[in-house]
Amino acid sequence: MGMTITEKILAAHAEKDRVSPGDLINVKLDLVLGNDITAPIAIKEFRQIGVDRVFDKDKVAIVPDHFAPNKDIDSAEQCSMVRQFAHEQDLTNYFEVGRMGIEHALLPEQGLVLPGDAVIGADSHTCTYGALGIFSTGVGSTDLAAAMATGETWLKVPSSIKFIFKGHLNPWVTGKDLILYTIGKIGVDGALYQAMEFTGEAISSLSIDSRLSMCNMAIEAGGKSGIIAPDNKTLDYVEGRSHRTFTAYHSDEDAAYAATYEWDVADIESQVAFPHLPSNTRGISDVGDVAIDQVVIGSCTNGRLEDLRIAAQVLKGHEVDKRVRCIVIPATQDIYRQAMKEGLIEIFVDAKAAVSTPTCGPCLGGHMGILAKGERALATTNRNFVGRMGHPESEVYLSGPAVAAASAIAGKITSPEEL
Amino acid sequence: MIYKGNVWKFGRDIDTDAIIPARYLKTSDPAELGKHCMEDADPEFVHKMKKGDIIVADENFGCGSSREHAPISIKAAGISCVIAKSFARIFYRNAINTGLAILESAEAVDGITAGDEIQVDTDKGEITNLTTGKVYYAKPFPEFIDNIIKQGGLISYVREKVKTPVG
Ligand code: SF4
Repeated sequence: MGMTITEKILAAHAEKDRVSPGDLINVKLDLVLGNDITAPIAIKEFRQIGVDRVFDKDKVAIVPDHFAPNKDIDSAEQCSMVRQFAHEQDLTNYFEVGRMGIEHALLPEQGLVLPGDAVIGADSHTCTYGALGIFSTGVGSTDLAAAMATGETWLKVPSSIKFIFKGHLNPWVTGKDLILYTIGKIGVDGALYQAMEFTGEAISSLSIDSRLSMCNMAIEAGGKSGIIAPDNKTLDYVEGRSHRTFTAYHSDEDAAYAATYEWDVADIESQVAFPHLPSNTRGISDVGDVAIDQVVIGSCTNGRLEDLRIAAQVLKGHEVDKRVRCIVIPATQDIYRQAMKEGLIEIFVDAKAAVSTPTCGPCLGGHMGILAKGERALATTNRNFVGRMGHPESEVYLSGPAVAAASAIAGKITSPEEL
Repeated sequence: MIYKGNVWKFGRDIDTDAIIPARYLKTSDPAELGKHCMEDADPEFVHKMKKGDIIVADENFGCGSSREHAPISIKAAGISCVIAKSFARIFYRNAINTGLAILESAEAVDGITAGDEIQVDTDKGEITNLTTGKVYYAKPFPEFIDNIIKQGGLISYVREKVKTPVG
């Protein structure tokens, strides 16, 4: 019996010839990650373990991105605590405001995670890096503390579900639409504890940015990880970003899957998730009349260059509706700079959108665009739970950047085709 | 451990934003987090519940973010344990790591009504509905996880491990 890509990566990091779903293993980690919300608890726990130094100062990344730039005194205290720890431990990969970006956009961009790696992060969207053929998963702060001390973590080997996407993508459809469609089909616990492996010609045709959006939301189906086998696009992407050697793993032909789904992407149009679950999806043609107060284009799901290019393409020559606040948040400083070079920022400002420095900001209801009671937002983020972006009686709808930009212009949820 | 308390029932897919909304993540102080436990699922929850009470929920409890603030807030509010049909995986890890007792039993969830008084023996995985007299058994933990629980959580487990470094 062959192994899946996930099993191969885990076996290699557990120093075993093979592993099977259900095995409890100790995994050696290539990188561990914390942020300004999860690291403070981890640091307190780390101090109780009885070691002075982290296991490897190059392999612990800390990114203050959630409530940074500091939104108030309490969050300033949290950021200050992680900053002191990062300096005390002389961490190579601590990213201060001005260098910082949203962690899951930043780490792949900086070449800190490479194909074949095993990565954990105290953030649920750590599964994003699977797009590069990496096993990566979210854990809690105590797991992070233990991993910072030992460089290892315990994991149960997940079974894998295979998702085959055939055919050619419809106009404006990106990775975000494919993953929303998938979650809509299988539900928010459809892949509980499992690895979601995305494959097929439509996946091969996706850009790396789109693949990152897809794997980012594996957690929204309950998944432990999302993964896409590395191909030439992956190798081109990582080229020049790191000097570290890496291994490209692929699933064997006869690997075992807990389930297989096969869809023709010709049947998939732009998707919108209605409140209050990411699985509550509809095709854009079934949305009906939904007026909105705010549009957010950003986050670790859709704040990358491809997303900004698409949004700019739609917004160019238009203006945001007078009743709508449109907030655009490039996910990293490099993306910001490139968006400036390409004139995208100018298009946003001309269209009367507000452009922010990289931050998670409104994605988790932190700052930079909180909703009042009864307000409704369309966001390119990944969660639309009750109260996610502000008041418990506000609403969040989710979409990709094309629909978000078109909706900002129309003042209601709209397909770019209708402009 | 044996816990006894009254039941508060919740549906499926109770997410971490409902358990502890992100607007309160400016601190990691358990007492402060406990004050807002379950606030976006039931704003009155912390005022209605009593210390030792038990949360019983459907599938996928704790889905969403990795915030350990969620089990910390439940524990700090005074909830003694959580029984669900299934838990989201990061929440499951976090509960074990922070010492919040959790049990998985679909039968118990279906057989228990809000307000029932129940008794939970976490060592045996035995859930007794004192109101109806029915007894249910939770899925036992894998041995490895049981060891972490017996050692008092992941930190004590790792503390022991790093005392005898190899290589
Ligand atoms: S952008 Fe949103 S989902 Fe992504 S890491 Fe930040 S808060 Fe989490």
